[in-house]
Amino acid sequence: MSDAYTGRGNKDRSITKESTSDMVPGPQHGQAHPAPGGPFLIGENMTGGYGNGPDILHDCTIAVDRGEIAVIVGPNGAGKSTGMKALFGMLNVRAGQVRLDGEDITELSPQDRVQKGMGFVPQNNNIFTSMTVEENLEMGAFIRTDDISGTMAQVYDLFPILKEKRNQFAGELSGGQRQQVAVGRALMTKPKVLMLDEPTAGVSPIVMDELFDRIIEVARTGLPVLMVEQNARQALEIADKGYVLVQGANSHTGTGKELLADPDVRRSFLGG
Amino acid sequence: MIDVLNAIVALLNYVIIPATAYGSQLALGALGVTLIYGILRFSNFAHGDTMAFGTMATILITWVLQAMGVTFGVLPTALLALPFGIVITALMVLGTDRVVYSYYRRVKAKPIVLVMASIGVMFVLNGIVRLIIGPGDQRFTDGERFIFNARDFKEWSGLAEGMAFKTTQGITIVTAALVVAALFWFLNRTRTGKSMRAYSDNEDLALLSGINPERVVMITWIIVAALATIAGTLYGLDKSFKPFTYFQLLLPIFASAIVGGLGSPLGAIAGGFIIAFSEVFVTYAWKKVVTYLVPEPLEPSGLLQLLGTDYKFAVSFAILVIVLLFRPTGLFKGKSV
Repeated sequence: MSDAYTGRGNKDRSITKESTSDMVPGPQHGQAHPAPGGPFLIGENMTGGYGNGPDILHDCTIAVDRGEIAVIVGPNGAGKSTGMKALFGMLNVRAGQVRLDGEDITELSPQDRVQKGMGFVPQNNNIFTSMTVEENLEMGAFIRTDDISGTMAQVYDLFPILKEKRNQFAGELSGGQRQQVAVGRALMTKPKVLMLDEPTAGVSPIVMDELFDRIIEVARTGLPVLMVEQNARQALEIADKGYVLVQGANSHTGTGKELLADPDVRRSFLGG
Repeated sequence: MIDVLNAIVALLNYVIIPATAYGSQLALGALGVTLIYGILRFSNFAHGDTMAFGTMATILITWVLQAMGVTFGVLPTALLALPFGIVITALMVLGTDRVVYSYYRRVKAKPIVLVMASIGVMFVLNGIVRLIIGPGDQRFTDGERFIFNARDFKEWSGLAEGMAFKTTQGITIVTAALVVAALFWFLNRTRTGKSMRAYSDNEDLALLSGINPERVVMITWIIVAALATIAGTLYGLDKSFKPFTYFQLLLPIFASAIVGGLGSPLGAIAGGFIIAFSEVFVTYAWKKVVTYLVPEPLEPSGLLQLLGTDYKFAVSFAILVIVLLFRPTGLFKGKSV
């Protein structure tokens, strides 16, 4: 676990009580503006960093369209997770914009983006450990006022093991099962786009393959999926679109297959 | 045989019943502290004075009711005034949140900043309570004093040792049980309660799930105000109301919450009773009970009191230190301090 972002996960300063040295309110208290056109979700030319800290992203663009799986890969410390968090409003984006479904959401707080239909699964601490699996799913559907039993049945169909363990505390589950709870929780909101931050971190290769299968299944329903992955090769194999980030900037962009075939990409971090 | 019964009765009368009542009061107080810690993530030093404020409000309403000639039969009138006291305290607490704490939440201040702010609130409340009702002792218990008193018990049982069960003790225990049951039902069965648990478990993820933190915080404050007012009023009924005593209660209350595990409601209750029983056990003069149990030649000449009652706070403090040294997360695996 040498990744510079390990443990940062969703614990970064912008949404937790961990304070920056000077006490300033977060940047996102604004409204969404209509901005038609372009892909379903796009962060365009984003430059920014955590709080008042230095810029981590430099003119970085990430997008995903309906029915697609987009994958962000790159070497350690390249700003992969940071790029995704910028889309989700957990960063001070000082230049560039984020658009979702024809709306400019750059000024929205993460909570407001959830209301707009963004489902986000953080890398760490992505379940309520002291609550049961079913309560986790219920909390995922908190913003919904309609009947959630249908969605819950769908989640249980997708992850049968969760149905079996629905009355167990989520904290007692194995790593792979926890990830399933985390993805299930995000699906309960009926999101318009699903964002996964290293969903396969710390799970065995077999579980990883199974999780990837499930993610493909989710994407087939038409839900755009954007994920950050360390297992670049496997991730690019299932990706419709791949982004290689290096030092917070776009280095290569293309379909998964193109990137896998690109000698430059292969040499620099796929290991030849 | 009779001596053993006498010993048991003496033990019940002087130790078990008072400690259970005191433990219930501490448990309710500690529940408030633990909820604030679990949800707002700071140790609320103003809790003792919130209890004092709530009790004061209840006493004032009690006086109004008494002046109007309203009583609650055999039960203390204060119980009728309690709902009004809770409303007043809830408004006061929500006001302080608006004026003081909400700013620090918005700027994501470190917990220690909030703790310091709560100490400020504590001093202000301290002053307000003394200004309104004065620093002196207030007794506001009315209605029947005893469920059964020592003389009735002696006649009924034929034992030499008497046992009294005060109405206020009975009310304390029953009310505490009802309040705790209601609180747990709320936290485990209702959507709002679950969202509070979720927020306490993982704040970031709760935000990602669309749980509105300001609403969770508001409901927490209202529940805490209710718990503090009930705890304070029960303590005041059982003993008497004096602002300084309530300020001092802060130590055993925090000790209870920490012993049980900060952030764990179950722990707060267990902690309350552990602290109460330890305090009473250590400061009770055991001579009477032991005299009944041992043969005459072995009868103790001293009082068999480990510590004078003046030192009762030392007991909470010692337990607090021991727990923090050896098990900082408390008995029920709360958050580490």
